[in-house]
Amino acid sequence: MQTHDLKLKSIHYRRTVLEIIKGSSAGHTGGSLSCVDILNVLYNDVMNVSPDNFRDPDRDRYIQSKGHSVEALYAVLAERGFFPRADLDTLNQYRSHYIGHPTRSVNGIEQNTGALGHGLSIAVGTALAAKLDGRAYRVFTLLGDGELAEGSSWEASMTAAHYKLDNLTVIIDRNRLQITGGTEDVNALEPLRAKFEAFGYAVWECDGNDIDDLKQTFERLPFAVGKPSLIIANTVKGKGISFMEDTVKWHHRVPTDDEYTTALAELADADAELNGVARGHR
Amino acid sequence: MDIGKANLDVFAETLLELAQNDPNIVVVTSDSRGSGKLVPFGQALPQQLIEVGIAEQNLIGIAAGLASTGKKVFAVSPACFLTARGLEQIKNDVAYSDNPVRVVGISAGVSYGALGTTHHSLHDYAALRAVNNIDIVAPADNLETRGVIRAAMTYPTPLYIRFGKRAMLNLHAPDTPFEIGRAITICEGHDVTFVAIGEAVSPAVLAADQLKEMGIAAGVISMHTLKPFDEATFLKAAASTRVLITVEEHSIYGGLGERCASLLMTHRLFPAFKIVGFPDEHMVNGSQTELFIHYGIAPDTLAAAARLLLKHESSL
Repeated sequence: MQTHDLKLKSIHYRRTVLEIIKGSSAGHTGGSLSCVDILNVLYNDVMNVSPDNFRDPDRDRYIQSKGHSVEALYAVLAERGFFPRADLDTLNQYRSHYIGHPTRSVNGIEQNTGALGHGLSIAVGTALAAKLDGRAYRVFTLLGDGELAEGSSWEASMTAAHYKLDNLTVIIDRNRLQITGGTEDVNALEPLRAKFEAFGYAVWECDGNDIDDLKQTFERLPFAVGKPSLIIANTVKGKGISFMEDTVKWHHRVPTDDEYTTALAELADADAELNGVARGHR
Repeated sequence: MDIGKANLDVFAETLLELAQNDPNIVVVTSDSRGSGKLVPFGQALPQQLIEVGIAEQNLIGIAAGLASTGKKVFAVSPACFLTARGLEQIKNDVAYSDNPVRVVGISAGVSYGALGTTHHSLHDYAALRAVNNIDIVAPADNLETRGVIRAAMTYPTPLYIRFGKRAMLNLHAPDTPFEIGRAITICEGHDVTFVAIGEAVSPAVLAADQLKEMGIAAGVISMHTLKPFDEATFLKAAASTRVLITVEEHSIYGGLGERCASLLMTHRLFPAFKIVGFPDEHMVNGSQTELFIHYGIAPDTLAAAARLLLKHESSL
């Protein structure tokens, strides 16, 4: 898909994220906004998965280990036609399937997540099954950077390398913030790239909020034959809304009415600018 | 009753036999293939054994991923580590996510004896009973072990199976049917009924034999499935016995005994009642056999407990 169209989709997804978080008065705003460009490129440009083939054993799989950023996933899945956008108006309501973390009750979602440090092991098992069965599908999993303090992620990394799972791509949403503060202040992760390389990954870094950079990075997969691929996607928490960017308090804050109006206006401006720039090129 | 094999051996043999004809069966181990008697399995079917090293959380997560693709997955590791270290993965990745992994806790209960509390699993029934969408089976002998492994192949939902590693008495006639969720009544008795599970069934059977020699009508139910619980068989026995004793290789909290107690209360049945298991205290050191004797999971002590309750009940 063309970069311009993907950029428009990102704005649309950000708007949906804000709408549903505001509508349900709950959600993980900052983390959803940091990872939404990654999900956009994955679902629109990279993965072989759609509402039509979601039960096909050869479909690509996406497992969201940082389950709390489910609003971004909901926004993308709805737009891709896995369920009607109107369903998201029930987010967090009594008896709704649309809750604050991914569940398989929602069409398009592969695994129930929410407790951190689980997704990578599940992804490793799913990728192993492809190898055992000689299937060509790929497995993608998105981890938060704060989540990397969970030891189980490193257990799974060892196994991914041991079984040479080059059909597995691990994406780190490296927004450098977690609920308490900066990742390097809470429990330092750096040197992160060296750690992943030491664990046996072929590692690539990119700007995780830059559509072109993401596209080019995914096009290089697998980064090495016989190794799992890992992308350190350097992102900005709260990306796209000026006053939310790189701010700890927006981890799971719901915008006030004024903040919401301002945020939507910023997205409208970005949309107009993008279309204006595009027209200028024609 | 003759002595059979360890349930562990029967598990490994049965699994290998079935897996040789079904490439969809996969075993996942955490450096536990030796403890699980799965070395022959690994040699015969190397493509069907996934080794993850000493990492129980990862073991369960990977097993869940494999199961999500339709594989029949047996996650095998000592029960003590599997159901404590891996509990969150069992709860979320297996049970909540509907990934029908067969979680197999080997060397369960106090099988590891003097290796100490780190290696004992006396919490697993309680922990897993409170987790939605996982059933619990602890076979008492070789027939029940073979039965549960065969039944597990087509079982649609997550399952926890636990057993030990010492040779067990053969408690059942060879043609005894086995079904998950259906208790086996070994003998009936209107004076005393033992309801036991797993490797605690054998001493209950021997205790019942002692009581019968004294002219006391003693029965034994092998309640191999803790969840879903065979309420009908239990309530029928409970309504027709004067003394009811539960026996389990587990904490007295949260296991078979308390499950039975809640049913007795709910159905207003009040036989003289005792829960035999491991009390809430730091464990004395000893082998599995010594610990069973120390805590009263032995024929003599069970028979004595039954006679005491019977005497007390008669004096009311």
